[in-house]
Amino acid sequence: MVAHMVMYDEESRRIEEICHKLNRDANARVVFVIDKNGQLIASAGQTEALDSTSMASLVAGEIAATGGLAKLMGEKEFSTLFHEGTKDNLHISLVADRVILVVIFDSRSSLGLVRLRVKKCAEQLNQVIEDLGKRSQSQGHQTPFSEITDEDIDNLFSV
Amino acid sequence: MSFINYSSREINCKIVYYGPGLCGKTTNLQFIYNKTSPTAKGKMISLATETERTLFFDFLPLSLGEIRGFKTRFHLYTVPGQVFYDASRKLILKGVDGVVFVADSQAMRMEANEESLDNLRDNLKEQAYDIEKVPLVMQYNKRDLPDVASPEDLSRRLNYLRRPEFNAVATTGEGVFDTLKEIAKGVLQELKRGTR
Repeated sequence: MVAHMVMYDEESRRIEEICHKLNRDANARVVFVIDKNGQLIASAGQTEALDSTSMASLVAGEIAATGGLAKLMGEKEFSTLFHEGTKDNLHISLVADRVILVVIFDSRSSLGLVRLRVKKCAEQLNQVIEDLGKRSQSQGHQTPFSEITDEDIDNLFSV
Repeated sequence: MSFINYSSREINCKIVYYGPGLCGKTTNLQFIYNKTSPTAKGKMISLATETERTLFFDFLPLSLGEIRGFKTRFHLYTVPGQVFYDASRKLILKGVDGVVFVADSQAMRMEANEESLDNLRDNLKEQAYDIEKVPLVMQYNKRDLPDVASPEDLSRRLNYLRRPEFNAVATTGEGVFDTLKEIAKGVLQELKRGTR
């Protein structure tokens, strides 16, 4: 069985900082960090107008489908995807085989700049993910849910 | 694989609706979407063909409220039921926390149900999951149609793991929320046990 993914305050703050820095340095509109299973981890920039939950699920689906294609072709993975729109562009990259970095940018930036900044940022993100893995291991598999009662669960459905 | 975020105090779980083609997986999600208050749900996404058959997946995010100070969110997915979309089904099972198996009650679909259940077991195994350990709820859908197999027959042929089972008519909503509640409970109880 696969373990839970757990996010702690410190790593969450570090990932938020990386997102904000990338958003600034790449002149991007929005930056997202998404778990490979489609859960949103962090975001920066003009996120208000975007349905981030839907976005996270679709991007994860796309990365999964691309991974399937890579496997068929005998590639380990296709780690970067790029979608060019008329106004906005989407740069998607897989980091540490665990999280997905999404950058939305318009004509104020360029693919070259985004690629450059993403590469640098991916190294930092990689480090945080490694630290997160170590912390999860050292803190064991205790979850805040280990002490919930059947009544707590029933209460969720009583409304 | 659930995602526990101590920073935002959220827990996210993934539930997949599985079953043969045209058994009513998407209809289950549509009913849940239509009957849930706007504050508790996100947008429903359907990646479907022009003839409204699921091509990749449907997706519906739901918030169920708080438990021990943590917001509980469930991401509901369906798989494409048609046999030849097996590669897509495997991808959607990645990171799953609980499965609803939607069976088509029509007697002539019994073999399709069995084939889909076998396929679920194989695809879970490929993701290193054991079907005997994954929270699973059986739903016998389309009870309103003529020529349906009896619930006992469906249970005997499909529910060999003796999991919770419900009769349903997803078009009218009968059994839909009972199924959802049961699988959500199963997933949370699994989290409580922390055995995964």
